[in-house]
Amino acid sequence: MNTAQCKTWDEFTEGIWRQNPVFVMVLGMCPVLAVSVSAVNALSMGLATMFVLVCSCGLVSLLRRMIPKEVRIAVYIVIIATFVTAVDYAIQAISLALYDALGAFIQLIVVNCIILGRAEAHAAKNPPVPAMFNAAGMGIGFTIGLFALGAVREVLGAGTLFGITLFGAGFQPWVIMVLPPGGFFVLGAWLLFFAWLERRKLRRAAPLSEAGQHV
Amino acid sequence: MSDHRVIPIVEQASPPPESPTGAMIRTLGLVSAICGLIIVGAYQGTYDAVAANKRIATERAVFKVLPQAKTIAEFLAQPGGGVSKVGAGDTAIPPGSVKFFAAYDEAGKLAGIAAEGVAKGYADNVRIMFGYQPDCQCVVGIGVVSMRETPGIGDKIITDKDFLANFTALDVKLKADLSALANEVKAVKHGSKSNAWQIDAISGATITSRAVGKAINDSAQALLPRLVPKLDTLATKS
Repeated sequence: MNTAQCKTWDEFTEGIWRQNPVFVMVLGMCPVLAVSVSAVNALSMGLATMFVLVCSCGLVSLLRRMIPKEVRIAVYIVIIATFVTAVDYAIQAISLALYDALGAFIQLIVVNCIILGRAEAHAAKNPPVPAMFNAAGMGIGFTIGLFALGAVREVLGAGTLFGITLFGAGFQPWVIMVLPPGGFFVLGAWLLFFAWLERRKLRRAAPLSEAGQHV
Repeated sequence: MSDHRVIPIVEQASPPPESPTGAMIRTLGLVSAICGLIIVGAYQGTYDAVAANKRIATERAVFKVLPQAKTIAEFLAQPGGGVSKVGAGDTAIPPGSVKFFAAYDEAGKLAGIAAEGVAKGYADNVRIMFGYQPDCQCVVGIGVVSMRETPGIGDKIITDKDFLANFTALDVKLKADLSALANEVKAVKHGSKSNAWQIDAISGATITSRAVGKAINDSAQALLPRLVPKLDTLATKS
């Protein structure tokens, strides 16, 4: 039991850090670059994707024994599209302004490769609870990635965070950051930062193992 | 030991068993049924909230261009020249008809007419709402319904005070025979506005400014010749 819990926890944290869909796997970049112009947009897109991810992985996992492999992709896409439609209505009901800001990218969650990837690689082979935990971890990782981009772009490009002005009237917004090129700049900077963290971790680990070998 | 290994390999080498056709159809049918239920449930469950949100958004857009308005009613101007009220349940607009909103003040008197206009901007369509005042036959305010213009350049049309000053009394008088606008509404180069029907463009955002002018012009050309003869029927809230 304990090992099973441990495995589930491990699969849950996998998506948040080790296999982060944005910073490590660099998956689903289309919505990441397009909607991360503000923290609110990024957060809501991340949460919408997470909802679809968890629900569709749960349902795929429940039905996994009865889905013939010849028609599995069709079944996955139908299930994913269903939850995307539900999210689409939910966002319209919550806020039309948010719905307009996210535009076509809500519907495009259907073709987000993170979700189909999870359904195919994990949910189709695991029971519902671990599958949903794994999906939730991936969803949180995706949301963190989107938020990291959205917050930086909003602060630099508009001088606000969640719509609250951070700087005085003298602040000249760095408009390029909320335009498409800004998405690439900020993503590149974050990837650089994570690559540097990884390198540093390796460098710190290396002398120890070398010392061990020499002795 | 080797026997144990050979058997599974031989089994795997033979073609994998195919799923029976019935199973495939059954699964697809079941999944479709479950998904259908979820989708219809989500639609029904959010319908009222979505409709209320849309109504609030429209009201806000109208109140912004006609600040003295307190209530609105939705109308259609039909191709033949008639004007009909839109019921709460109607969503489809018959072809050729133009939708507009009659706004009433607290006393139930007509405070102005609001209508939407759309024209191609720099990045995508610019949709605007404009308020029309029958007394002066002029546009008295505009608001943006949706646009994807460049932040910091094209989106100045909602912040630039000099640009918005164009819409305090923009002339949209009709010709004497009420067939079309007397003068075409048009955005002109920054600083060269000389008539009340011209819009002084924002320097650096000429394309977006022109789109605003074209949106007002197209919408007014289609709506006003039908609306002006019928204004008496709209004078008080029905």
